[in-house]
Amino acid sequence: MKFAVIQFPGSNCDQDLVAALRDVCQQDVQLISYQSTDLSAFAAVLLPGGFSYGDYLRGGAIARFAPIMGAVQQFAAAGGLVIGICNGFQILTEAGLLPGVLQRNKGADFICQSAALTVANAKTSFTSAYADQQSIQLPIAHGEGNYYCDDATLAQLKAEQRIVFTYQDNPNGSRANIAGITNQAGNVLGMMPHPERAVEALLGSEDGRGLFQSMIQTLTDKVVPV
Amino acid sequence: MIEQTAATIKAQELYANWGLTTAEYQRIQELLGRLPNFTETGLFAAMWSEHCAYKNSKPLLKQFPTSGQRILQGPGEGAGIIDIGDGQAVVFKAESHNHPTAVEPYQGAATGVGGIIRDIFSMGAQPVALLDSLRFGELDDPHTRFLLKETIAGIGGYGNCIGIPTVGGELAFDDAYAANPVMNAMCVGVLDTAMQQKGQATGAGNLIYYVGAKTGRDGIQGAIFASAEFNDQVEADRSAVQVGDPFMEKQLMDACLELIREHPEAVVGIQDMGAAGLVSSSAEMGAKAGYGMVLDLDAVPQREAGMIPYELMLSESQERMLICVAKEQAAVVEQLFAGYDLAAVKIGTVTATKQYQLFAHGQLVADVPITALVDDAPVYHRPQAVPQRLLAADPQQYRPEFTDAGRVLQRLLQQPTIASKQALYRTYDTQVKTNTVVAPGSDAAVIRLRGGRKALAMTTDGNGRYLYLNPEIGGQIAVCEAARNIVASGGTPLGITDCLNFGSPEEPESFYELAQATKGMSAACRALATPVISGNVSLYNESNGQAIYPTPMVGMVGLINDLDLITTQDFKHSGDTIFLVGATHADFNGSEIQKMLTGTISGALFDFDLTTELANQQLVQQAIQAGLVNSAHDLAEGGLAVGLAESCFGHELGAQITIDLPASWLFAETQSRFIVTVPAAKVAEFTKLAGALAQSIGKVIAAPELIIATATAQINLDVSASKQQWEAVLA
Repeated sequence: MKFAVIQFPGSNCDQDLVAALRDVCQQDVQLISYQSTDLSAFAAVLLPGGFSYGDYLRGGAIARFAPIMGAVQQFAAAGGLVIGICNGFQILTEAGLLPGVLQRNKGADFICQSAALTVANAKTSFTSAYADQQSIQLPIAHGEGNYYCDDATLAQLKAEQRIVFTYQDNPNGSRANIAGITNQAGNVLGMMPHPERAVEALLGSEDGRGLFQSMIQTLTDKVVPV
Repeated sequence: MIEQTAATIKAQELYANWGLTTAEYQRIQELLGRLPNFTETGLFAAMWSEHCAYKNSKPLLKQFPTSGQRILQGPGEGAGIIDIGDGQAVVFKAESHNHPTAVEPYQGAATGVGGIIRDIFSMGAQPVALLDSLRFGELDDPHTRFLLKETIAGIGGYGNCIGIPTVGGELAFDDAYAANPVMNAMCVGVLDTAMQQKGQATGAGNLIYYVGAKTGRDGIQGAIFASAEFNDQVEADRSAVQVGDPFMEKQLMDACLELIREHPEAVVGIQDMGAAGLVSSSAEMGAKAGYGMVLDLDAVPQREAGMIPYELMLSESQERMLICVAKEQAAVVEQLFAGYDLAAVKIGTVTATKQYQLFAHGQLVADVPITALVDDAPVYHRPQAVPQRLLAADPQQYRPEFTDAGRVLQRLLQQPTIASKQALYRTYDTQVKTNTVVAPGSDAAVIRLRGGRKALAMTTDGNGRYLYLNPEIGGQIAVCEAARNIVASGGTPLGITDCLNFGSPEEPESFYELAQATKGMSAACRALATPVISGNVSLYNESNGQAIYPTPMVGMVGLINDLDLITTQDFKHSGDTIFLVGATHADFNGSEIQKMLTGTISGALFDFDLTTELANQQLVQQAIQAGLVNSAHDLAEGGLAVGLAESCFGHELGAQITIDLPASWLFAETQSRFIVTVPAAKVAEFTKLAGALAQSIGKVIAAPELIIATATAQINLDVSASKQQWEAVLA
C-alpha cells in the first residue's frame, strides 16, 4: 500500500505531507513528478499545498494542465482515494474533479492561523476516525481559500452530505463555512486546512492524524478482501 | 543609454554620476595605465561602491570577533556557517534593503527576502526560516501606513510562495525613520557540512555557468543607489528597484541544492548574483580563487533587446546564480536545470591570467585586472566627531510623572512599537516545512531540527533610540538583548549576523556613531562568545540631510540541545512563583515611556554592565537546563509592567505582584532583566541557584487580572480587555 504525493513546480507542502505519512503514520510514500503519467502503483494520491506555477493567473489554474493530471483523473474515476490540500484543493476544483471555486479571501490578506473546524461528516473514507460533529483544530495558510459555489451546487452538496469540514469561525468568507468537500462518489476530497501540519503535539496539534488514519483504515479494509 | 567615450567620461567627469570621486577615477586610471572605457568605468563604480567594497566601514568591521571553535565560515562568503554537531551546521545572514523598500516597498521587501535566501542556499544549505527587522516612521502618518502595508505584503508574498516560514523579527516605529525606513531580511539555513560550498572560480578551463532568470534592465546601479543619500529626486530612481519572482527562485533553489547534493563533483563554486549583479559575482569568484575570467556577454540570457554591456553587467535582475562548473561536467548541469525549466548557459571560462575580460559582439569591451575590481578599492579612514547632542546630553535620568499608573500601562501597551504584531504575522506562512515549534510572538522563534532532539532559536534586535543617546552602550545592548531572547527561549547563543544601518560615513558625526556602535557590539560579542559570522553595511540612510537613528540590527541564532528545554514567555500555570532576575534602576532616558510622555527621547543613556548581563543570562540558562522554569521573558521596551502583561496575554492568566519600588520604576528599561516563573515544587531549588540575582515578586493567578502593588501605587489591569486593545493597534 503506497501513497503518491504529487510534486508540481512550486508545490511547497509536499515534503511536509511525506513527513506526516512516512515519519508519523509509518506509511510507504513516494514523491511523483508532475511530468509523470502513471499512478497505477499507488493506493492513494495526494496533491499538496504550495504555489504551483507561482499561483500565476489563479491558484491551480495552470497546474490542472500538468501531464500528471490525466492520471489523477483516471485514478479518481476508478474510485481511488484522492485528496487535495490547500493548493491541491484549488487544483482539484480547476480540474473539475470537485465543484466550485476558491476565491481570494474576504479581506484579501493571506491568513496563517489555527482554525477551529467541525467534522461535518465522519462517514467518509477520509474522516471515519473522527466522530460526527467533532471539533478539531487545524492550521490554515492561504490567500485564496474563500470557497464559492452556486445555490444548486450548495443544495446538492448538503443533500449528499459532501460537506466534510466546516469552519466554526469563518476566516475567509467561504460559502456555508465550507472548509472541505468530497465529490459525489466520496473518493475525492478537497480541503483548505492543513492536516499534515497537525500530526505532532510538539507543533501544537495532533488533530490532523485522524484524516490519515481514516485513509489508511479505508485502504486496509479495501485491500483485505482481495 | 548612450556609451560615452573614455575621453568624454574624463573631460565631463561623468564618473561622478556613478558615485566615483575624482581621486577614485584617477586611481582606476593608474591601475589600468590608461583611461577606462564606459563599461569599465561602470564596473569600477559598482565594485568600489560602499555596498560592495565596504571602503568606509572596513577599518571598523575589523574590530569584530569573527572566529571560534564552532565557526566554519566567517564573513566574506555568501553567509557565515556555525557547526552544531552531528555533521550539521547552521548558516545565516542578514541583509538590508532599505532604499528599495523606501521607493517601491512591495518589491523592495520581496527582493530583500529573495536575495538573502540565495545567499543561504549558495552555501549548500537548505533555508529553514526567515526573519525581518523593520523600522518605520510614526503609524499616524498615512505614508508610513502605506509603506508598512506594502512591505509586509512583499515579505509574505515572497516567503509564503517559496515555502520558507517567516518566523520572527521585530517592528518599531519612530519619526527618525519616516523618510528612510529600515528593511533588513535574515535567512537561516541548515547545512550538511559535507556539502559546504564557496563562491570561488578556480582551475583554468573550468566553465562559468549562468543559471536562473533572464537579465533585464531592472535594478541597474542598485549597489550605487544603495550607497547614496536620498533626496527629493528619489522617485526618479524607481528603476533601480528590482522585481521578484518567488516561483522562479523556488525552482532555482531546488535545482541548485539538487546539483550540490547529487553532483558535488560538478560544482567548483557557486554564488548569488546579488548587488552589482553579474560583475560582482563573477569578479569576486575569480579574485577570491586567484584566477581570471573571460565572459561572453552575447551568451547571457536576456529579457530585453539591445542591452549594452554596462547594463548586462550591472543589472540586478533577481533569481540568478553563477556557478563555476568543472569542465567535463557541463552536460550534467545543463540537463539538471532543464528538468526545472531553467536556463543554464555557459557564459565564460576561468583563466590563469588574473585578467577580467568581457566580450560582446566579438569585441573586447572590458579588460581589467580582476584584483583591481575586487581588492583595490580605496579604504577610507573617515574623520569622526562627537555629535553635539551627546556632548550636551543631560546626565540626569528623565523622571516620568503621572497620577494613574494603570492608565500609563494601558497606553504603553498600545504604543505601536509595543503593541501586538500578530495581525501582521498572520499574513506570513509561519509553519510551512512543519518545523516551527515557537511561532512569532515570543522572545525568539524556535525551529526544530528533524531527526534528533535539537532545535534552533533565532531572533533579531537593535534599539536605535539607545544608540542615538549612546552609540557604544547602545551597540552593546543590541547584542545582549538578542542573546537575552535566545537564552529566554532555552538556547545557547552561537553567533550573530548584523546589518549596520547608519547615516553617511562622510559626515564625521555619523561616522563617529558607526565607530562607537561597532566598538560596543564587538565588546558584547566577545563577552558573550558570539562571533560575527556575516552581515552587511547600509550607510547613507539619510533623507534631505537627516539621518536615521544609528540602527544596527543584530540577528542571533542559538542552539537548543533538547526539545524539552524550549521555553516561551507565556505564563503557564496559576500558582507558579514569578521571579524578577536582575536589579531595577531609574533608567528612563531613551525609554518608551519617555517617548510617550514627552514626545521625544533625550538625555544621556543609562548605565549598562556586561558582567551583570552575563551573570543574569547564565542564571536563566542554568535554571532552564535544570528544568526549574515554566516560562521566561526578557524585559525590553516598556519595562517590567509591560513584560508582565505580555506574559499574562498568552493564556490569559493573571498575576498578583508586590514589589517595593516606586510605581514609575515599573516602566524603567534597566537592561539585563528577565521574568521567569517557577512551579511551587522547584522554588527552593531556584532560590538557591539564583542567590541575590533574582527576587520573588508574586504569583501567577487563574483570574485574568494583573495586580501590581508598588511602594506608591496599585495597578489593576484587566488582562482580556487589555489584550484586545494591544492586538487592535496594528490590526
